[in-house]
Amino acid sequence: MNRKRWFGGLIGVAVAIAFAGQAQAGPTVDKVKQAGTLVCGVQTGVAGFAQPDSQGKYSGFNVDICRAISAAMFGDPDKVKYVPLTAQQRFTALQSGEVDMLSNNTTWTLQRDTDLGFDFAPIVFYDGQGFMVAKKLGLKSAKELNGATVCVQPGTTTELNLADFFRSNKMEYKPVVIEKLDEVVGAFFSGRCDSFTTDASALVATRAGRAQNPDDWVILPERISKEPLAPVVRHGDNQWHDIVDWVIYAMMDAEERGITSKNVDDMTKSDDPNVKRLLGVTPGMGKSLGLDEKWAYNAIKMVGNYGEIFDKHLGLGSPLKLERGYNNLWTKGGLIYAPPIR
Amino acid sequence: MATDTAGQLRPKRPAPWNDPAVRGIVFQVLFVGAVVAVGAFLVHNTMANLARQNIATGFDFLHREAAFGIGETLIEYSPADTYARAFLVGLTNTLYVSALGVVLATILGTIMGLARLSGNWLIRKLSQVYVETFRNIPLALQLLFWWGMLRWSAPAPRQAWQPLPGLFISNRGVTLPVPQADPVFSWMLIALLAGAVATWGISRWAAARQARTGEQFPAEWAGLGLVVGLPLVVFLAAGAPLHLDMPMLKGFNFSGGTSVSPEFAALLVGLVVYTASFIAEIVRAGILAVSWGQSEAALALGLSNGQRMRLVVLPQALRVIIPPMTSQYLSLTKNSSLAVLIGFPDLVSIANTTMNQTGQAVEGITLIMAVYLTISLMISLAMNIYNRAVALVER
Repeated sequence: MNRKRWFGGLIGVAVAIAFAGQAQAGPTVDKVKQAGTLVCGVQTGVAGFAQPDSQGKYSGFNVDICRAISAAMFGDPDKVKYVPLTAQQRFTALQSGEVDMLSNNTTWTLQRDTDLGFDFAPIVFYDGQGFMVAKKLGLKSAKELNGATVCVQPGTTTELNLADFFRSNKMEYKPVVIEKLDEVVGAFFSGRCDSFTTDASALVATRAGRAQNPDDWVILPERISKEPLAPVVRHGDNQWHDIVDWVIYAMMDAEERGITSKNVDDMTKSDDPNVKRLLGVTPGMGKSLGLDEKWAYNAIKMVGNYGEIFDKHLGLGSPLKLERGYNNLWTKGGLIYAPPIR
Repeated sequence: MATDTAGQLRPKRPAPWNDPAVRGIVFQVLFVGAVVAVGAFLVHNTMANLARQNIATGFDFLHREAAFGIGETLIEYSPADTYARAFLVGLTNTLYVSALGVVLATILGTIMGLARLSGNWLIRKLSQVYVETFRNIPLALQLLFWWGMLRWSAPAPRQAWQPLPGLFISNRGVTLPVPQADPVFSWMLIALLAGAVATWGISRWAAARQARTGEQFPAEWAGLGLVVGLPLVVFLAAGAPLHLDMPMLKGFNFSGGTSVSPEFAALLVGLVVYTASFIAEIVRAGILAVSWGQSEAALALGLSNGQRMRLVVLPQALRVIIPPMTSQYLSLTKNSSLAVLIGFPDLVSIANTTMNQTGQAVEGITLIMAVYLTISLMISLAMNIYNRAVALVER
């Protein structure tokens, strides 16, 4: 990205905010329905979460969240336009209305919820910040990093947690702060930094996707922060917030009730009133959300339930091989818990 | 009766809507009014939209704790300091790299510009290749290139190259020993200033004497001797108290000494090499703009080649060189914001982080714009003053 484009972007945001009329930033639902496409802000490329293939087609866990919402609204999971955003671009892009929502591993924090003018959808991934180092350093703990040079992306909670961690442990460090993921990862693997820090899941993805020899790198055991990752919408647009929330809850609920993309048609014949309500066999839920009654049926049929998309992109069915851990259903010892759909 | 005639001859005042003076004022008032109205509309609308979306506004955030670390600082800074302090760190970093860049680019550019006019075929062609290569590759690419070179070609700190004792080159940058602070240093600085003042006095005296008697005095050599010699005498008289703070490999990196990071080095080299290629062309054009007749006249007076350049050609060339040079200095300063690409914490990079952590993009951009505008205007002002000093004095 050259300077002109970058600066142009910032000015664009400023101008967009300056000129935006009252109607433009009104209910996102109307805008999305009218346009017939959902504009989804995703990462520029993190294996498993959101990554374009050689044809530029995005796939990943975060991408499937957008696809599920598209399926629920339009009965078609591919009415989505993906806008790749860096950590620094994402918030202005949402504030200015360039995207309808973010589905890009954004950490839920109080300041982002308030000062930045956002609302957070349900947490779709419970993560924590970790450190990756070269195996040959022989480190066993992040507490041994005193004096280290650490590569980090700017404008992230990671950058702040890093400063907090070293401050509270009375250790020194030197940050190397680079915006573009490609550059910061390249700097780390070339030896510019002793350590690279970000969410542990992204460390795993980086190691699997970008290291020449993944076995040369280890992720230290400490998790120095809570990183609840959730999609983001603009504050005050309640109907839109409801739709994003409940599509995600429906995917979690579907996993809990054993409804998958494979068996969803059979499940419509189920006698369970909960399943009937979820799949729209008993009407009402769709109307409350302002959507078609088959909203959840479409999302599950076309994209899958929560567990399915987790396994496909992040879990044992993927190169990342992440354990479910906290991201398992509450009935299986995790934190994934959807309110009742009724 | 004469007055009456004069009264009749004076043209009658036209109706106000036909009066050019009145119309001129009306149009100017309307124009300024329109500009102010559009500006006010934009500001008001921005505030209203920000308020409606619940986005915080105002500059209060500057007093909050920044809580992020900065890799390279010229002034004391810790994550416990405020955002205002972080901005100041970014500003000093920007000014530092720009000032160094302007000086080095001027030197390199002048050498290259003179080389392009050299009688030596090889020197002339090498300089041409340099100019055409670096002038025609985007600066952003050059920065990434230099940065990549420094990162990939240099070894890790534990295997650092050591060309001289205490000088280490690694992928963490160049680390070199620095003299430990000593009270004698401030006396040496005073001696340096005294030498500079004396040099100024001598050169004035020499010029006056030459104008009076025609006798020449090697004021340059005397000046050099004073500026270098006086501090050296003070240093030796104090018993040469030089204690070097030697860098040592400790844990992950070197401690002690001073170091230049690959980011800073890449940014400085990139800016200097790129800008100098433009300056070389400006210098060449400036020298070519002085007609050959001037040189012939100088030679006819018996001036040496050096004197011809210094006393006849360069003073006239400077008049042509200074204005475009000003814009090169301005663009070097503004180009330093490309530091974000390679992770040098300049003003823009820190403002970016701040905007992201606080969400206050409008305020952040306002600050960036105000700062760059101020720096640019200061450079312009200084260069205009200098330009006036070297401009042709017309009588």
